[in-house]
Amino acid sequence: MVVKLYGQVTAVCPQRVLLCFLEKEIEFEIVHVDLDTLEQKKPEHLLRQPFGQVPAIEDGDFKLFESRAIARYYATKYLDQGTNLLGKSLEHRAIVDQWADVEAHYFNVLAFPIVLNLLIKPRLGEACDVVLVEELKVKLEVVLDIYENRLGSNRFLAGDEFTMADLTHMPAMGYLMRTDVNRMVKARVNMNRWWEEITARPAWKKLMKMAGF
Amino acid sequence: MAMKVYGDGMSACVARVLLCLHEKETEFELVPVDLFACHHKLPSFLSMNPFGQVPVLQDDDLTLFESRAITAYIAEKHKDKGTDLTRHADAKEAAIVKLWSEVESHHFNPAISAVIHQLIVVPLQGQTPDAAIVEENLEKLGKVLDVYEERLGKTKYLTGDSYTLADLHHVPYTYYFMKTSHAGLINDRPNVKAWWEDLCSRPAFLKVSPGLTVAPVTN
Repeated sequence: MVVKLYGQVTAVCPQRVLLCFLEKEIEFEIVHVDLDTLEQKKPEHLLRQPFGQVPAIEDGDFKLFESRAIARYYATKYLDQGTNLLGKSLEHRAIVDQWADVEAHYFNVLAFPIVLNLLIKPRLGEACDVVLVEELKVKLEVVLDIYENRLGSNRFLAGDEFTMADLTHMPAMGYLMRTDVNRMVKARVNMNRWWEEITARPAWKKLMKMAGF
Repeated sequence: MAMKVYGDGMSACVARVLLCLHEKETEFELVPVDLFACHHKLPSFLSMNPFGQVPVLQDDDLTLFESRAITAYIAEKHKDKGTDLTRHADAKEAAIVKLWSEVESHHFNPAISAVIHQLIVVPLQGQTPDAAIVEENLEKLGKVLDVYEERLGKTKYLTGDSYTLADLHHVPYTYYFMKTSHAGLINDRPNVKAWWEDLCSRPAFLKVSPGLTVAPVTN
């Protein structure tokens, strides 16, 4: 019996888990939850995820939600299989956690509303908050400068190897790169190098194909 | 050599780390950083945390920022003493701890910290709180607390029978929130209220709460 992921293959948070599954060579099944019809807010899904979001997983009797918690669980459970996403020592694991937390608290808070306004709202026929997007871009420039500096002395965010710290950025970054924000990344030599290297990984290419890109 | 924590005990994020250190019975030195004088924005501090925020942890050669990465490190390094904050012996229990830690991080924290920012930090900067931001975030926080009320009707703590990092991470901002005129959001939910009162009874809390000294404007 394989783990079931409830979500939509094009959505950012399910993609975080799917990318982890692909990097770790874990078999899975996607059970589609249709975000366009707000299936995630319906009672059946609320039993799996009380905040009405995707993803959630069911693995036999074991149930979990929050994409970063799910990814962490599987990266730990299958530590010796596929890519080691967690880090090799206690100290290295702490640095991986640090930059994964940076994604959550500095990057995602800006990236998500930009993607929501520039890509999702137009698809749903809603108006983009142009003023908000411009404010968020200004803040994002400051954050990306810090990443640029970090990636100037480190091949990946947590050091010499690709880890969860890099992976956790990829889904939202993938969508940002489909907007004019891609200029901000391309203008930064180290960020551009890092993005090109991590998107050349087979797991990412498989994910993009699954998502129809 | 004892771990060093750079920061000030009045910072909620610093307090999060101090609570963890006390729960794990770990010696540490608090190195003061003058937040009012913006010493956390000076180059010497930015070399430790390029985002210019407290806390920063130094443990021998390791320099770490992000309070929840720091608590995870301390809890892992000292997993064999003090309170078991991560349920590390069982992978599935550990995942549930991580799940509710993520809930704090992504659902609870954005709403509550926005309210605290308006009611405590903004007045300290000589500005007037934005009532619309407060109202919007109180509504979001209420919805999150409804989920907690249901959860805590089934379990004593967020992850089950034991106090873990998932509960601990909530403490500092909730402490400040209870000083505001909106404490009813907690007090009007019996399971959440009982959980909060339990968190406040812990010895580690009694050591750290005296440092949480700033107060909100009445709003």
